[in-house]
Amino acid sequence: MPDLLLELFSEEIPARMQAKAADDLRRMVTDKLVAEGLVYEGAKAFATPRRLALTVHGIPARQPDLKTERRGPKMGAPDAAVQGFLKATGLKSLDEAKIQRDPKGDFYIALIEKPGRDAIDVLAEILPVIIRTFPWPKSMRWGARSGKPGSLNWVRPLHAITATFGLETEEPDVVKFSVDGVESGQTTHGHRFLAPSAINVRRFEDYEAKLLDAKVVLDPERRKDSILTDAKQLAFAQGFELVEDQNLLDEVAGLVEWPVVLMGSFEQEFLTTPAEVIRATIRNNQKCFVVRDPKTGKLANKFILVANIEATDGGATIIAGNERVIRARLSDAKFFYETDLKTKLQDRLPKFEQIVFHEKLGTQAARIKRIEQLGAEIAPLVGADVAKTKRAAQLAKADLLTEVVGEFPEVQGLMGKYYALAQGEDASVAAACEEHYKPQGPADRVPTDPVSVAVALADKLDTLAGFWAIDEKPTGSKDPYALRRAALGVIRLIVENTLRLPVLKAAQSALAGLAVAADATKLPSDLLAFFADRLKVQLREQGARHDLVDAVFALGGQDDLLMIVRRVEALGKFLDSDDGKNLLAGTKRAGNILSIEEKKDKRTFDGAPDAALYSLAEEKALAKAIGEVKVEASAAVAKEDFAAAMSAMAKLRPPVDAFFDKVRVNDDDAKVRENRLKLLNEIRSATRAVADFSKIQD
Amino acid sequence: MDSLPAHMRPERSFQGFILALQHFWAEQGCVILQPYDMEMGAGTFHPATTLRALGPKPWNAAYVQPSRRPKDGRYGENPNRMQHYYQFQVIMKPSPPNLQELYLKSLAAIGIDSAVHDIRFVEDDWESPTLGAWGLGWECWCDGMEVSQFTYFQQVAGFECAPVAGELTYGLERLAMYVQGVDRVYDLNFNGRDGEEKVTYGDVFLQAEQEYSRHNFEVADTAMLFEQFKMAEEACKKYLAAGWREGNRKQHLLALPAYDQCIKASHVFNLLDARGVISVTERQSYILRVRELAKACGEAWVHTEAGGAA
Repeated sequence: MPDLLLELFSEEIPARMQAKAADDLRRMVTDKLVAEGLVYEGAKAFATPRRLALTVHGIPARQPDLKTERRGPKMGAPDAAVQGFLKATGLKSLDEAKIQRDPKGDFYIALIEKPGRDAIDVLAEILPVIIRTFPWPKSMRWGARSGKPGSLNWVRPLHAITATFGLETEEPDVVKFSVDGVESGQTTHGHRFLAPSAINVRRFEDYEAKLLDAKVVLDPERRKDSILTDAKQLAFAQGFELVEDQNLLDEVAGLVEWPVVLMGSFEQEFLTTPAEVIRATIRNNQKCFVVRDPKTGKLANKFILVANIEATDGGATIIAGNERVIRARLSDAKFFYETDLKTKLQDRLPKFEQIVFHEKLGTQAARIKRIEQLGAEIAPLVGADVAKTKRAAQLAKADLLTEVVGEFPEVQGLMGKYYALAQGEDASVAAACEEHYKPQGPADRVPTDPVSVAVALADKLDTLAGFWAIDEKPTGSKDPYALRRAALGVIRLIVENTLRLPVLKAAQSALAGLAVAADATKLPSDLLAFFADRLKVQLREQGARHDLVDAVFALGGQDDLLMIVRRVEALGKFLDSDDGKNLLAGTKRAGNILSIEEKKDKRTFDGAPDAALYSLAEEKALAKAIGEVKVEASAAVAKEDFAAAMSAMAKLRPPVDAFFDKVRVNDDDAKVRENRLKLLNEIRSATRAVADFSKIQD
Repeated sequence: MDSLPAHMRPERSFQGFILALQHFWAEQGCVILQPYDMEMGAGTFHPATTLRALGPKPWNAAYVQPSRRPKDGRYGENPNRMQHYYQFQVIMKPSPPNLQELYLKSLAAIGIDSAVHDIRFVEDDWESPTLGAWGLGWECWCDGMEVSQFTYFQQVAGFECAPVAGELTYGLERLAMYVQGVDRVYDLNFNGRDGEEKVTYGDVFLQAEQEYSRHNFEVADTAMLFEQFKMAEEACKKYLAAGWREGNRKQHLLALPAYDQCIKASHVFNLLDARGVISVTERQSYILRVRELAKACGEAWVHTEAGGAA
């Protein structure tokens, strides 16, 4: 079966957009093919800075013929209806229609046969539409045609389209179409500098090979591999080790069609600047890799750059040029760092009075004060020294005003730690300057130093309370203040450090510290519900069942996240056992019967059953078991031994099973019936010692 | 280029470098303008770019524009940061299909050989909040150094560009430093001569950098500047209102004088900003005020003959 080759050749596509664009192109073309009845065998897409390419192989040469039936009017219907039917179906007269009988009468049926079209014609129709509707994150117009409405939007000017279709053994055809003046053909170009002339291509195999001859490595994975291998080798040959950086690798592979890896150096003296700052400078501004000494793990005064050409001088000019720029950048960075060291962190604080954190939430200075106060409140609960916590909270944001952080926002916190240590702060205080931002996401490390934990909690709770108070909660995919991440951070800090921290109370304290008027009754519970949601997401991601979280939260008054997690864990284990499963089934059965009868009688069956009305042994046994289990489970819960509470629950299973086996709930004697329903209600309430079983899904 | 005397060669002389660029773009059919006679922060502010980018008429121009960024003054002590420097600006409307190739040829014309230099187009979207303008393009890298800005204007003064203009901005000093192989801007050879006859960039501009840095940061009269901002803003609005021919909004007769006042307001704002007398919140509102002027000037311009009004 024939193959498709498509290439969209343009001016330089931003590196960060290439991978998704290749993926979108493959998806859009193959989806459309399938929708057109053209089921293909395989497809693969590629991107370089100047081209998106797609190969789809094994496309049927023709669409299958389509046969459809269309029902028309009843026999004897008015002429207008008949004429409409003939027009819509293309039949010449009713003689060509079939007649079908059904209970409503006899109807005309048209059999419409739509012959399949050649795949190449279908492609000529769908490709321009895909190009015109391509989902670039940002696109633009250009050239003379941009003066007219309806001109093409592309990421950067589109210069050529290659589109061929055909069998491996034959000369393929060009899929003929044009988009805003760009005609499809089979001519592309090689590397901008090394092989710019036109290349005639036939199909994917010769396309990829000819590009390689023309100094273009089409596959981004191959470019990455070659960069990584060469960079490692180059470093190794000089006795160094490459500091690997996947994001940087992805980016530089998107900036070159013909990667040439070179190594340069800078002056030793720059190594007195913190390694992270050197790396950020070299990485962010120059998109170069750094290397380290494998023995000491320290950065070496070398860097690795990836050029896009094989220079005629072997790269000497390129290296010298990059060294010049890196020298100037590092000289700036060193100057910034040394300037920063001249000012104590606390001396920067007055400036925060001028900096607005959020229009409705006051200045950064006010926020720092709130964090300090909340941190001091939390400190004893997490085993942190109050004085150190307050000091850390005061200094933690100060590095935002330093030159280095101004230049490289990603080293915020880290620089705070360096500057704090340099001015002789306590090690925990310095650590908190860095760690109070953590954890930044699900994969980030959770701090364990109590001072860091206290400030981290205070920082996040203040953020949450603040944005809740001004009603800037996350909605759908919008979470501009990263509140979900903050809530998850609070959860992980508490759970992973096994902390006992009533979040409702903490939220109340955080809200009370705000200058804006906050609804003190509604907001804390609102916020707690948000934590519950986040916890559910978190537990689900770890493989726990979200309904178990619901079952525990439904008990009400749950604001101890650690205990919630413990309960959920114990509940999960219990429900994995036979006892658990059967008890759940029994409890649900009790619940179902109750809700039916409650509806029928329009009343509830609360209250203790009357022991005098028990007539059967199973009733008595169940009542006794419930009494015992209640006591035992509550005692275990009070000791926070949820596993023991679950074992106690397990004892309910045999009497519950026996009860349903032998006892008829809806006895003819109304009093007995009521009593039995009350007993069922007792099962439900006994299990509530650990969770609301009705929220658990089967 | 080989026929040039040594002191005129772009890799030896700053002025030779500028002349080579002008010569190259003149060959491409651009009108070579002289700098606009007002203080401005970038070559884009020149009416030959801002206003001429609007409307349907073709327009190709190139010029040097002295650019003033009061906040970037460093008293002449920083090797490459200055409050006054030169931009070389090229604008071509509609953007020709081979604009990238032309740009690369222009680099060759100033001595940057793509066989030994690594030239790259790295994503950089351009936006000017004060001009209500944006475009897509790249910063152009030569051996890891940003040497130019390459933009396809999509919108200027709040108006869609139809057709789109391509804009190139060369940072002249930085490029010349690279070509001449000097690390300090003040060491650039300005006239390409040697010995006694040699004039450096420092000879021409160092004292000015020192004086203007003092002025921008320490002594610029802020009361006067606040007043000047208001005056420029009011004058701009007055000229805009008065410019509509016979009072109907069909043809405008004062777009250029009005736009001068917008340029003026923008520069005065930059000076006030450098003096540190504008707070963070006020800053935004000043930017918005300038943008409103720019937009209104753009509106006036598209109702002039050069702006394409019938």
